Parts: sequence; structure tokens; C-alpha cells
Amino acid sequence: MRDLNEKALEAKEKKAPIGPDIDLDAYESEAVAHEYVEDLRVLSEADKKRMILAGVDTEEKDRSGTFIQKDTVVVHAHSKQEGLEVIPIKDALKKHDWVQDYYWKLVAVDADKYTARAQLDLHNGYVIRALAGSEVIYPVQACMYLEKEGLSQNVHNIIVAEEGSELHIITGCATAAHLRRGLHVGISEFYVKKDAKLSFTMIHHWAEEMMVRARSVGVVEEGGLFLNNYICMRPVKSVQMYPTTHLVGKGAVARFYSLLVGSPVSEMDVGGRIFLKEPDTRAEIISRAITNGGNIIARGDLIGEVPGIKAHLECRGLILKGGAIHAIPELQGKVDGVEMSHEAAVGKIAQEEILYLMSRGLGEDEATATIVRGFLSVDIPGLPPQLKAEIDRAVEQSDKDMM
Amino acid sequence: MLQIEDLQVKLGDKEILKHIDLEIHPGETHILFGPNGSGKTSLLMTIMGYPQYRVTGGKISFKGEDLTHMPVDERAKLGIGMSYQRPPTIHGVKTKQMVQICGKGGVNAEALAAKVNFSEFLERDINAGFSGGEIKRSELLQLMAQDADLLLFDEPESGVDLENISLIGNTISELLQRDFKVNSQKTQKERHKERTRMGFIITHTGFILDYVTVDKGQVLYDGVLTCTTHPREIFKCISEVGYEECVRCAI
Repeated sequence: MRDLNEKALEAKEKKAPIGPDIDLDAYESEAVAHEYVEDLRVLSEADKKRMILAGVDTEEKDRSGTFIQKDTVVVHAHSKQEGLEVIPIKDALKKHDWVQDYYWKLVAVDADKYTARAQLDLHNGYVIRALAGSEVIYPVQACMYLEKEGLSQNVHNIIVAEEGSELHIITGCATAAHLRRGLHVGISEFYVKKDAKLSFTMIHHWAEEMMVRARSVGVVEEGGLFLNNYICMRPVKSVQMYPTTHLVGKGAVARFYSLLVGSPVSEMDVGGRIFLKEPDTRAEIISRAITNGGNIIARGDLIGEVPGIKAHLECRGLILKGGAIHAIPELQGKVDGVEMSHEAAVGKIAQEEILYLMSRGLGEDEATATIVRGFLSVDIPGLPPQLKAEIDRAVEQSDKDMM
Repeated sequence: MLQIEDLQVKLGDKEILKHIDLEIHPGETHILFGPNGSGKTSLLMTIMGYPQYRVTGGKISFKGEDLTHMPVDERAKLGIGMSYQRPPTIHGVKTKQMVQICGKGGVNAEALAAKVNFSEFLERDINAGFSGGEIKRSELLQLMAQDADLLLFDEPESGVDLENISLIGNTISELLQRDFKVNSQKTQKERHKERTRMGFIITHTGFILDYVTVDKGQVLYDGVLTCTTHPREIFKCISEVGYEECVRCAI
């Protein structure tokens, strides 16, 4: 721990290589008191409503466990299923030695001032683990909720899918309706063991002056599958994240999907990077970005290090009402025998498509909405229906707001 | 009734339709011949209301309403439907959804699709990677759902393989109430009398005439309607002497 702290202290002022710099001192970080609730039904109706927008259902219908952190404290954490652990990370670090094998093992604590912050001033976060061979049929839901104006919420999450397990997580980040300004610093480390399957779907539902800096790294072992979905369709001031995954076992697969909508105030710099380090590994990064006046940078980087890998990158952007989209797709084939491709397109809605729909009886606005909805409807193979429904709901909601 | 009077249309700066007069009465189907680039598709697009086809003179009316400057969707609502030759792909919009849009939610997409042997395409993005014949079947499926009164067909037989040509031809025939199914309630004469649907078919080759009966044939040459007569006669004439002859009539 001392070692981590020392490193973090050294990186305290270290700016991130990409994304606008944030003055961390401009945000409060002191603990905010919230009571732990055993029964989620006692949460306020206002909170429940905001949480559901980020895919977190306090009724827990079709969920196998729930974690909720409000500002700096965990207000609820439990698992409904055997073979599944949902533990606040601070408790886990005290009680379970094995957590040390995962804590700061993928993300470097001294990567930048944000990682340093998450070490030096950690509020909490979760450890979610599916034990070997267990199959978590319903998704686990985790919510990072911000209520206190001007707070910097610093969290660290560890997700482990042990050998042969199957785990689905939906994590929603949301703010109280009144909140305008805040900062979320989130570290996530993903471990997908041999033949395990992990899907991680993150829905962001922030406020107009929220700043978000997420740092996440994953590792997928032989035969493992990691699906990583990111949905952010609501106004946010600035999001910057570039999750990285290492495919370190034969036949490991990673797929990243992101759906982004940039509203006029938003600056989004979102990407994905996947290292293919063993034969027969597969990677796919697919992003759809729409801007209504915001600036979006959509990055993707695939690195093929051995022969016999396959990787594809697809980046499509739609400029609807002003704004800018900068697509940066990168492929790095480092040896003979890699198969890598990318396609990127940025443009506006084709008039021809609108007219086609209008000639079937839709008004111009309806036609545009239909095309936008279609643009955002990406088929994600392997995603459970409950999560597909949450994504569809987010798309539908943003669609209503856009038009 | 569709009525076109002295229609003049420009695409960009180019005059592409010159003083067109045309009338299609309820129950009638017309076929329009013409070489490539003669302005056939432009005429359909103008009737449908595509804004790049700029009406610089004349008038189009349908069911007594002046369409000339009406937006595309209002024309569709008024009962005009079109089968496109090269419709755009719309990613993420499923064929099934298109059928429902056409039918305003009141149709059984599966049942309609079965009729044109298109069931397996319902969950696919509309027009994405469809072959020539698949596009036609998809377009017909949408028209079946739309239940329009005036149906415009842009080259319905082009790019269709032999296996599907009769399916497509017969479906068009049925759509235009020109099939001859035996009906115990009504005689063929009565069915003919009750025919209300109007059709306007564009063809380059005329092969569609093997499947669909039509009332009138016309030739469009370089933006000018050059003749109006019995469709089979035009077909025979073009088959024997080619479109080059049309230039003499167009002068």
C-alpha cells in the first residue's frame, strides 16, 4: 500500500496525455453521509427514477445482485445468487487477501493525476466476482450515483469472472436531477479467466457540467469472452476514457461497442484499445456516434502481435445538428499473418434515405428519427435480453430528446 | 385520377421533362417505354415529389388535389406508392419495420412476406446487400402493405432472375387488381368494373407485358412523350426497329 501511495503521490500533478485537463482542487472530496439501506424500496422515488434511466432497477426484477454507491459511500451491496460476490472494494481489501492480486494490477496507479486521485482519496467502488463454473443468469447491477453538487467521486472497481463462469454486469452512472456540476473518477480492472464469459454494459446518464475520467484495463485468458458496451447519450461536459484490453490466451475474444450522442455542451473522447497477443484471438471495436452540436472523438486501436489473429474496427459518425466528430481508427499489425480491417465514415443523414421513408408515409421528422434509431441499433451478439432492453430504452429516450 | 398537364422539369440546370401531358383514370394501368436516360425515372420521381426534380412549369394533380408542390409524405398519404429500382440501404431499419411503416402498423408483415417469398428477409436491414430480385420483392412487399391507389413501378423486371420474374409479374398484376382468380361472388366482368387501382409502369425492355395487362402504352424520348398507343404495338415496334426510330417521332 505504501508503495502504491508513493507512486500515486508522484503522479499527483501528472496530466493525462489526452482529454482536457481538470483542476481537481475545484471539486470537493470529503465524505458525504448516506445511510446504508437493506431494502432498496426505501430509496426516494426521485433517486429511483434517475437510476432506472441508467439501467439500474431498484425493484431488482431480473437482477442477480445490486451495488449502489451514493456520492462517497456504498448504500447497498448484495448478491442474490450463489457463486456471485458483490462487495464494496474497501471491505474487500480489508477482508479478502485475494483482492490484492487484482488491485492496481492492470491499471497503473501513476498513469495520471486521476489514477493517483483514486489511490490517494478512494471513496469506494465494487468488487464483483463470479466463482469458477458459476453461471449468473441475470445481470448484476451497479450504480454510481452523484447527489452532492461539486463533488469528486473517486471509485475503483474490480470485476473477476473466474474460470468457466458467465457474468453479466450492467453499471449505470447517474446524477440526481438537481445536480449540475461534479467529477467522476473511476478505475476499473477486468479479469476474464479461462473459458469465462463477461459482459459489461455501462450506461452513463450524467448532467451538463459533469466531468468524467475513467481508466480501465482488462485481461482475457484462453477461450474467454469479454463484451464491453458503453452507452452515453445524455449531456455531459467532458468524458474521456480509453479502455484497454489484453487478449493473453489462445482464442480469447473481446468486443467493444459504444453508442455516443454528443449534445451541444459535450466533449467526448471515447475509444477502445485491444492487444491481440495470442493466436486465434479476435477483437472487434464498433462505435456509433451522433452529435447534435457536441464534439466527439471516437478512437479505436487494434494491435495484432502474433499471426493468426483477426480484428475489425468500425466507426460511424453522424453529424445531425452541428458539432464535430473526429474518428481515429488505428490498426497495428506487428507480424506477418494478421488479419485486420477497419471502416470509418462520418457524415450527415442521406437525404435519399429520408425521402425513401417519406414516400412510405412518414413525416420528415419521423423519418429522421427512424434513421437515427436505426443508426444506433447495433446488434450485440451474446448480450442477455434484459441488457438489450436497457440499451434499447436508452436509445429510445435519447431519441425523444433529440427530436 | 392522375392528371399531368404541360409538365416541365429541371434536374440541376438541365431540362429533363418537356411539356408532358398524361392522364391515368381509376382502374387504368399505363406502361411507359423509353431508352436509358430518356427521363422515365425522372417522371416517376417528379410524381412522387422528389425535391431535386424542380417543376418549372405545368401541374400535377391527383384525386383533384394539386400535387405540384406537395411534400413526398403527403403524396404518400394521399395514396401514391412507388416501387424503386435502386432504393437506399438504411442500416438498423429492418425490412419488417418498413412493412409496418407502410401499413401504418395495421398489417401482418409475416403473412404479406410469405406471399412474395420474403419471410427470411424480414429481420434484415432494409436493402442491405439485397440482390436485384430481392429488392423488387422487398419493394412489392412494401407496396402491398401500403395499399396505395396509384402505384408507380420503376423497371420492375430489371435484374430479376427467371425464377422470380413470374412471382413479381403476378404480384404486380394482383396489386393492380388485374389478376384473374376465379371468384364465386363476382364475375370477371364485375371485377373489371370495380377495378380502382391505377398503375404506371416504367420499362426499358417491355418483358413485364407477359405478366401484366395494361391499357395504354407511351414512349418517352429525350424528355418528350412521343407516342401513345396500344402497348403491344409499341413493344413490337421497339423490338423490331429499336428506340432509334423514336427520334424521328420526337421531332
